[in-house]
Amino acid sequence: MPSIHVNPTRQELTRLKTRLRTSIRGHKLLKDKRDELMKQFMDTVRENRALRAKVEEGLTRAHGAFTVASALMSPEAMEQALLYPKQSVELELSFRNVMSVNVPEYHFQTKNDDPGEVYPYGFAATSGELDTAVDALAQVFEDMLRLAQMEKSAQLLSEEIQKTRRRVNALEYVKIPQMEEAIKYITMKLDENERAATIRLMKVKDMLLEQAIREKRAADQRAVETFGQDASAL
Amino acid sequence: MSKYKIGVLGDRESVLGFKALGLEVFPVQEPGQARALLHRLAREEYAILYITETLAAQLPEEMARYRKALTPAVILIPGKEGSRGLGMDNVRAAIEQAVGADIL
Repeated sequence: MPSIHVNPTRQELTRLKTRLRTSIRGHKLLKDKRDELMKQFMDTVRENRALRAKVEEGLTRAHGAFTVASALMSPEAMEQALLYPKQSVELELSFRNVMSVNVPEYHFQTKNDDPGEVYPYGFAATSGELDTAVDALAQVFEDMLRLAQMEKSAQLLSEEIQKTRRRVNALEYVKIPQMEEAIKYITMKLDENERAATIRLMKVKDMLLEQAIREKRAADQRAVETFGQDASAL
Repeated sequence: MSKYKIGVLGDRESVLGFKALGLEVFPVQEPGQARALLHRLAREEYAILYITETLAAQLPEEMARYRKALTPAVILIPGKEGSRGLGMDNVRAAIEQAVGADIL
């Protein structure tokens, strides 16, 4: 018995066969999609790992420099020095379509391009360590943006891969076998019905034949009896 | 193409430096406050939100929620205490989700 209930009719059989064809095609397409997504994902995630290691190292260094700077300056002075930035960043966001997954792409524009202009403070009231710290941070910043792009892409891709993989597996291991089983069940049931019909016909034919033979015999008998009597009378 | 902003969330010492780069800095300490701020910023035109690992560790649901969203990209950065490996764990989690096993 199939695990899903189906009516063993020809109409149902045709319907199921069409569905099976569509499912097999869909399965193949989804599998291709999964493979391609996986390829893209592996590239992305490798870069993501490398960038993250780099950014984390750079930031740790920058934080170290800030710690040194804050040891040399009062917190108020430091805050005052950093509070009003000269630099500003504008981010442009566009999307790239990777196998129907929208992944972000960032393009940033700094208002101030001169690398010497990043310090938002006069050098008189601040320590040199603060310059080092800001410098280190500025250096790591570009990688931070790339990291954001890669990491978000990796997250979105992994989400999509999981979904696609589930679909592929559901089709491969549940839907397609179920349909095949149902088709087999219907075919067998139809064949069985056909055989039953043939047998029934044969039985009916036998019965009719038997009846015909019996009638014929009876007629012969009668004939023999009549002719027999006639013969004995002669 | 429209203009977006970049925000940085975390404790004061960790995020102050980003101010010099022209990013929007939001010093927060408490998780509750951070949660509200995160939601508010996500609704505004912030495309990237950098958040310190220490703070992110206190907001697991929010992190999971913004993982699936297209914007903002919530990215963990090490705070002043240095890297706690949470960012890498996230990358690993993505690999596990996609592949089913940690293969790198």
